[in-house]
Amino acid sequence: MLDAKIPNGPIAEKWTRHKFDMKLVNPANKRKFNIIVVGTGLAGASAAASLSEMGYHVQSFCIQDSPRRAHSIAAQGGINAAKNYTNDGDSVYRLFYDTVKGGDFRAREANVYRLAELSVNIIDQCVAQGVPFAREYGGYLANRSFGGAQVSRTFYARGQTGQQLLLGAYGALMKEVATGNVTLFPRREMLDLVVVDNRAVGIVCRNLISGKMETHAADAVVLATGGYGNVYDLSTNARNSNVTAAWRAHRRGAWFANPCFTQIHPTCIPVHGDYQSKLTLMSESLRNDGRVWVPRKKGDKRPPNEIPEDERNYYLEEKYPSFGNLVPRDVASRNAKEWCDKGYGVGQTGVAVYLDFRDAIQRDGEEVVRAKYGNLFDMYERITDENPYEVPMMIYPAVHYTMGGLWVDYNLMSNLPGLHVLGEANFSDHGANRLGASALMQGLADGYFIIPYTIGDFLAQAGPSGADPDNSAFKAAEQEAAARITRLLNVKGKRTVAEFHRELGLTMWEHCGMARNEAGLKEALAKIPQLREAFWEDVNVVGSEGSFNQVLERAGRVADFLEFAELECLDALERAESCGGHFREESQTEEGEAKRDDDNFCHGAVWEFKGVGEKPVLHKEAFAFEHVHLTQRSYK
Amino acid sequence: MAEKTIDLTLKVWRQESPDVEGHFDTFPAKGISTDMSFLEMLDVINNQLEKEGKEPIAFDHDCREGICGMCGSVVNGHAHGPQEATTLCQLHMRKFHTGQTIVIEPFRADAFPIVKDLVIDRGAFDRIIQAGGHITVRTGQAPEAHSVPVPKKKADTAMDSAACIGCGACVAACPNASASLFTAAKISQLCHLPQGHPERNRRVIAMVQQMDKEGFGSCSKRYECEAVCPKEIKVENITTMNREYLRALASSGE
Repeated sequence: MLDAKIPNGPIAEKWTRHKFDMKLVNPANKRKFNIIVVGTGLAGASAAASLSEMGYHVQSFCIQDSPRRAHSIAAQGGINAAKNYTNDGDSVYRLFYDTVKGGDFRAREANVYRLAELSVNIIDQCVAQGVPFAREYGGYLANRSFGGAQVSRTFYARGQTGQQLLLGAYGALMKEVATGNVTLFPRREMLDLVVVDNRAVGIVCRNLISGKMETHAADAVVLATGGYGNVYDLSTNARNSNVTAAWRAHRRGAWFANPCFTQIHPTCIPVHGDYQSKLTLMSESLRNDGRVWVPRKKGDKRPPNEIPEDERNYYLEEKYPSFGNLVPRDVASRNAKEWCDKGYGVGQTGVAVYLDFRDAIQRDGEEVVRAKYGNLFDMYERITDENPYEVPMMIYPAVHYTMGGLWVDYNLMSNLPGLHVLGEANFSDHGANRLGASALMQGLADGYFIIPYTIGDFLAQAGPSGADPDNSAFKAAEQEAAARITRLLNVKGKRTVAEFHRELGLTMWEHCGMARNEAGLKEALAKIPQLREAFWEDVNVVGSEGSFNQVLERAGRVADFLEFAELECLDALERAESCGGHFREESQTEEGEAKRDDDNFCHGAVWEFKGVGEKPVLHKEAFAFEHVHLTQRSYK
Repeated sequence: MAEKTIDLTLKVWRQESPDVEGHFDTFPAKGISTDMSFLEMLDVINNQLEKEGKEPIAFDHDCREGICGMCGSVVNGHAHGPQEATTLCQLHMRKFHTGQTIVIEPFRADAFPIVKDLVIDRGAFDRIIQAGGHITVRTGQAPEAHSVPVPKKKADTAMDSAACIGCGACVAACPNASASLFTAAKISQLCHLPQGHPERNRRVIAMVQQMDKEGFGSCSKRYECEAVCPKEIKVENITTMNREYLRALASSGE
């Protein structure tokens, strides 16, 4: 069993005590340490800015042309915080409770409590940075409710909360770049982690403009490189989001936890053509006012506005009267799939359900609805050419977020000393299902308020790494990465990278998507290695290595997805229970809800890499639930 | 969605690297679904080019939902194409008709060097923000969020300005290649919030200086920037910036 290094003491005091117990680096010595931060989303940008403010030298890397473009920017709905501004009984304990329960009891209690505790500081910090949160006429902050909670604790900036929080963190980062203490490396892709004497001491990356390989040494490496949702090809993730940095670290010895925990978001614009490049999310906040329904009659082809009230099946409201349309994401997604599978789906493909604002518009008026969701409605209309003020939206679930990630202890350090992992890239806080408006909270908690303390404790004890980019380990890693690129370019086959990505995505969606079973997972596990082999024999990567080459960039990412996909399916196969977003058809309650098996699976499954095509070794971190007691989740 | 297909001719700017001359290449684009986004149309063309062993058209993109600001090209003379308040990734092919020729060029400005084809370097925008587009507050010292109420109207105005995605369309559309709208949006956001007041003089001077230093032109009030802005940032922001600038010059120090 793995040691998560959870501090002793009552849960509400663990973090405070730990902050005092951790070793400090004095201000003069902080200047002597270099820290690499890969990724500039909420976790990466907030970490890089905060560490620089403290005096550390920071090197900040991102694949985009500017740190401001990281995919956190696309988060729409909001950020949770236990401020209890609405006087509806919220508290740190309730946010902690909701998050553990929402994650279906597969997260680490101590981490989740700390997250809830820090949530209130995040809002203060962001307001001070000039984040223009929505406000009421009195000048105080507005809140709204979100799935999986019965209190209103979500702070928001129209439908662009992620953008505003990221621009706040980006501003803080730019402030530090101006001091000269942070060096920015945009358009760089991390291709390997350098490990010397069991300590992460640097990275290899490719300059995406010149194609040149670079090595960078440091005293600690922080990965904040996001999730792996694009293993499905089609997802709500940005097109360039990928698993490469995390996967390369995994290959170098960092263990990967719970890769099968993926979140399928219930409200996305449905798939409509095989040329499609991405699925667009419609914020969960829409479920505050939108009502989800399908016709009561199978295959009813009438236009939605001609279907009378008594022939509409508001299935979430009927099945879950206390949470209604605001059930957690995994529950909402599974129910949409169930009704479509039974033949009640709507639209040309029959793979969609309605999200209807008719009643909200009648109740509050179009102007009120426009003020809340105008930009989302506009986006929907641009994509679908339909006006959601007049006809209900059509939505269907899509891959959105990945709860699994590199294993970290309470200090957010992986099993590899010196390698820290933040935000979506780690596994720790959301269990088997993330609640809406909690990703932004976790990214910023990790970056602003956790890593600045815990990395000091590591550096104070471990001291300088003494790493030198001329060291043989750096040279070897650089040569390996360069050789792989040459190999990709030399296949000169017939099929494009995009074709392989699509085929992998379809396999994953079919067998490791919203519902999974043993036979399907075994089929995927047989197919993925074949596809990987075909890729290396028949892929066509045009262009050269010494120039800006987007085909080559994607080829490297797809090659890593082809290795990672096998681990995800293996993890899904081994976890023969259902929990949260991981729904094993063999394990469900009579009502079709996810049925956990706490006797056998109340743990994090933590995988150790043993080679491509070799079976990885499974380690376990046992989860103890001392405060939120293990029960069958119910949202009725 | 009433899907149909259209046939188009594309004239696309190709340029291998910043220091070589560019030229237009012509491609037929047949059987394009009107439900495709503009970038999905380019994906289809690129997939064909790759099949032929040719280098695809390089273009920047990421979120493909109109918020990251990574994409953008001049399409038939319009930055981000013909649809108002829409980024290139959110523009759909139903806005075009069969037989049409579409000319696609990068956002052009001296301060935005071309990296390759339609890809440009917008690092100048980062440096303008570095000069002062932020509030100097350290992590950890923030007061309770409710200690400073902000009138709703002020907060809403700040949010209108803060919606800027930093795509650079305003620069591409301006005959002077001015970055005034981009710079003004950030200045305006922060001067409408009490948290931004302590640094307002310093901020506007530093950001305007940096804007000039990067080689962007001046604003001569052509309003082309507002017309192409995918987030509908208003030229009033530039008025605010100019007022803030004069105010800063008139006051002594901070």
